[in-house]
Amino acid sequence: MSKQYETVIGLEVHVELATKTKIFCSCSTEFGGAPNTHTCPVCTGMPGSLPVLNKQVVEYAMAVGLAANCKINQDSKFDRKNYFYPDNPQNYQISQLYLPICHDGYVEIDTSAGKKKIGIHEIHMEEDAGKLIHDEWDDCSLVDFNRSGVPLIEIVSEPDMRSGEEVNAYLEKLRLIIQYLGASDCKLQEGSMRADVNLSIREVGAKEFGTRTEMKNLNSFKAISRAIEGERKRQIELIEEGKMITQETRRWDDNKESSYAMRSKEDAKDYRYFPDPDLPPIVISDEWIKSIVDRQPELRTEKMARYQEVFNLSEYDADIITGSKHIADIFEAVTELCGKPKEVANWLMVEAMRLLKEHEMEPEKMSFSPENLAKLIQLVDNGTINRTVAKEVFERIFAENVDPEQYVEEKGLKVVNDEGQLRETIQGIIDANPQSVADYHSGKEKAMGFLVGQTMKAMKGKAGPALVNQIVKELLG
Amino acid sequence: MAHLIDDDMIEYVGILAKLELSEKEREEAKKDMGRMLDYIDTLNELDTDEVEPMSHVFPIHNVFRDDVVTNGDDRDNILKNAPEKKDGAFKVPKTVE
Amino acid sequence: MTEKDILSLTAVGLGKKIKEKEVTVSEAVKAVMDQIKDMEPVLNSFVTVEEEYAFTQAEAVQKRIDSGELTGPLAGVPVAIKDNICVKDMKTTCSSNILADFVPTYTATAVDNLIKAGAIIIGKTNMDEFAMGSTTETSAFGPTKNPWNIEHVPGGSSGGSCAAVSASESYYALGSDTGGSIRQPASYCGVTGLKPTYGTISRYGLIAYGSSLDQIGPVAKDVTDCAAILEVLASHDPKDSTSVEREDYSFLDALTGEVKGLRVGIPADYLGEGLNEEVKEAVLKAAKILEEKGAVVETFDLGRVKYAIPAYYIIASAEASSNLSRFDGVKYGFRAKEYSGLHGMYKKSRSQGFGAEVKRRIMLGSFVLSSGYYDAYYIKALKTKALIKKSFDDAFAKYDVILGPTAPTTAPKLNESLSDSLKMYLGDIYTIAVNLAGLPGLSIPFGRDQKGLPVGLQLIGDCFQEKNILRAGFALEGEHGYVMPKTAQLAISGREEK
Repeated sequence: MSKQYETVIGLEVHVELATKTKIFCSCSTEFGGAPNTHTCPVCTGMPGSLPVLNKQVVEYAMAVGLAANCKINQDSKFDRKNYFYPDNPQNYQISQLYLPICHDGYVEIDTSAGKKKIGIHEIHMEEDAGKLIHDEWDDCSLVDFNRSGVPLIEIVSEPDMRSGEEVNAYLEKLRLIIQYLGASDCKLQEGSMRADVNLSIREVGAKEFGTRTEMKNLNSFKAISRAIEGERKRQIELIEEGKMITQETRRWDDNKESSYAMRSKEDAKDYRYFPDPDLPPIVISDEWIKSIVDRQPELRTEKMARYQEVFNLSEYDADIITGSKHIADIFEAVTELCGKPKEVANWLMVEAMRLLKEHEMEPEKMSFSPENLAKLIQLVDNGTINRTVAKEVFERIFAENVDPEQYVEEKGLKVVNDEGQLRETIQGIIDANPQSVADYHSGKEKAMGFLVGQTMKAMKGKAGPALVNQIVKELLG
Repeated sequence: MAHLIDDDMIEYVGILAKLELSEKEREEAKKDMGRMLDYIDTLNELDTDEVEPMSHVFPIHNVFRDDVVTNGDDRDNILKNAPEKKDGAFKVPKTVE
Repeated sequence: MTEKDILSLTAVGLGKKIKEKEVTVSEAVKAVMDQIKDMEPVLNSFVTVEEEYAFTQAEAVQKRIDSGELTGPLAGVPVAIKDNICVKDMKTTCSSNILADFVPTYTATAVDNLIKAGAIIIGKTNMDEFAMGSTTETSAFGPTKNPWNIEHVPGGSSGGSCAAVSASESYYALGSDTGGSIRQPASYCGVTGLKPTYGTISRYGLIAYGSSLDQIGPVAKDVTDCAAILEVLASHDPKDSTSVEREDYSFLDALTGEVKGLRVGIPADYLGEGLNEEVKEAVLKAAKILEEKGAVVETFDLGRVKYAIPAYYIIASAEASSNLSRFDGVKYGFRAKEYSGLHGMYKKSRSQGFGAEVKRRIMLGSFVLSSGYYDAYYIKALKTKALIKKSFDDAFAKYDVILGPTAPTTAPKLNESLSDSLKMYLGDIYTIAVNLAGLPGLSIPFGRDQKGLPVGLQLIGDCFQEKNILRAGFALEGEHGYVMPKTAQLAISGREEK
């Protein structure tokens, strides 16, 4: 019979911080831009250039650390990690090895088996590398240093996770904490949040860890899940065959759903870390830590509690709304404008979520203005349009941020409240459907619904349902 | 010589430093590094157990910059000394096999 | 004024004459350019001479002096810049093939400060490749010769800067000092060289060798020039995180000639084995002069002197191995013509681009940082550095100034040093500890030995106490100070005869 195995997973999560400038120079961190247009002598490693640390990077790193229950290293410094690669302009990366800014924290995740703490070994600050563009035509690679020097924090977990489910819960938790702090937008697709997975296998009950491998190049939650599953199987197969696991770095190819070892004689993995002589140490006072704590924005748990208390949302609704900082921000902005939290929550949870799913969009991509949703809610509330029409208008708001008042006006979507015209229409429908009238009089309530439906159809949805109901009933006698 | 630097070590350090030494340079480097390391061993005469390593000579700390963009597009200057360039980027031999 | 008169002036002296309209800036530039043309075929002090640029600048600066906009003591005075300090649009090579065609698009803060003060940059001076060497023989563009005797080296690594000032090819020059690279060649060439307290002059734009040790400094004819130049160079630079905001930038105030009550210590360890007898005599003679002028002079044991060199070579080589990894043929500098693949390009470009001494130090530096050796070597060196700093702290609790030789000997002959690198390193024994401890050090010329080669004295001060060493140096220089070497004098008189 086969043995029972346990998967042991630790994560190294890189998060690009939401600063305006790079970590060691005053170049913009803006995403995109033509190659090398956001560069200067510092972030391209020109001889004689020197780094100067962006204070905001330190504050974001501290904020994340504190929110993840870490201790702050009050004496922290930068080290150089030496390795040659064309995207690394100095051929050393400025990072932190010996005294990282945060250490020994944890976050709590929800799993199917209940709550679980995932330990955080450390959080350190470092600079991102440039981008390599592979030019197949010319059989060369091109180096763009726009990303070079963009600030990163690397969050190193303890090997506390045992399944893909836990990994996803942990990542989701980190993402929410960081987004709520405003420290990063954490977009996996744009690479502002990336994870390397350290994975090993051991027999259930074993005390020692197995040999681990590190997997890189994982840029979506789905890729991470697939990579974990793939690597777990690969290692178990090797163990069952009595083979050894090699400690190595592997690159996950999500298209082929398999990984391969990144091995090269030229890649000695001996980084010769030493303290960077160009950067004086960072000394963090108790007051500084306190000021970061004081300035900490409302995090998700606090927000959830407030939504239930102040806006009377159910726990379920509050959970969904706060599941994305961006949606919560929209919720608050619209509620502020229209004063109808439940209505706002409904629109976001039902219609917005449906459209997001339909378009496979991340919530952060929603870009309509809160004013327009507030106006829409107002239009429904004062009976100018009915819900059916409103849904259609909402789609336009979602897609193109149209002004609902203008849109309703232009398209003539207002509810017809002219009773005379309505009566005329309904009388016509009754006259054309004698069978339904008969059914109604013989006690079939359904027939009434049919007639109301026919009326709405004839009115192209623009009639107020209450009024239609009332007139149909009246005319049927 | 107390420190024997062998070919493997020179080869290894060459990989780290991205230097390729000729046969002659290699032999010299072996001798040279061995001698230098022997000389460096004089440091072992010093008792440093209770000493904190000193990387910065002065107690300067917290030298920061404000998070304000002041650099604009300087691509022409950045690429000016490039041995090879293409499409506004530095051109290098293919990095993936 | 005749060209001879013009070239005999110090930097501050020339500045004064220009202001008094006795000399124009263009005349001064012409005088040094003429001298350069005559001396360069022999000396090779310069990698690049910027004649056209210098004359253009001369005109512009003259106008700003005439309009009263530029009033400083160095306005209009020609200066040469060591070739590891970046000047926009001027080739900056570090005397290395790997940077043979490198033209920076930015200017070092120190040079910017000079330009603002109205300095006229006349060119870039030769040096040991990447400042690694003590003779200027490791330059990829040929050695510089000592103006006092062209069979001898000028010292290094700022040998070009010191030879140029000595031979009146320039009024003053910028050098850089990582382990003695300003003071030792200043001593060999009979000029005054100052390495300020670490952090006093911005390193932005100085191509790094050992970042924690490197410091730019002036090379000049006398102490007054050095103090005046330091006032211009020193600044707190937001672009250099290790730059220090100082309380006092008025160094010229120290030059009173008064040394009464100044406490001077001579380390007995600096007068022992290895020190040339004539150099030792010079030190003792200087001690006597200071004493006669009212200073309190004692010998004492500094201690741990011999450990400075091994600690230095670990730290400097380690930092260099990392600092010089950016020279890879990707962004600037030399790329090999033939190679296979990315790593082949790296290796071929670097192996062909760097000279032997640079490769030697990169190899050593990579080794001492490599896995398994870091604690034994690098950490040990940083601990030794802490102890050396402590030795100096103890000394400066008792003394205002430490007096000693700059180098154990006067300038050696060409081709004598490189064959035995360890011996060459030992020549830096009196200067290296100063860099490890971040202290200011001044080398002043103090007579010549029997071979006619200049002897240098070193004055070391506590951190930020440049004024003490400038004060002592000023009191000492007198008749033993700068003398123009014969070769330079002959070149001038040769032109006058024509």
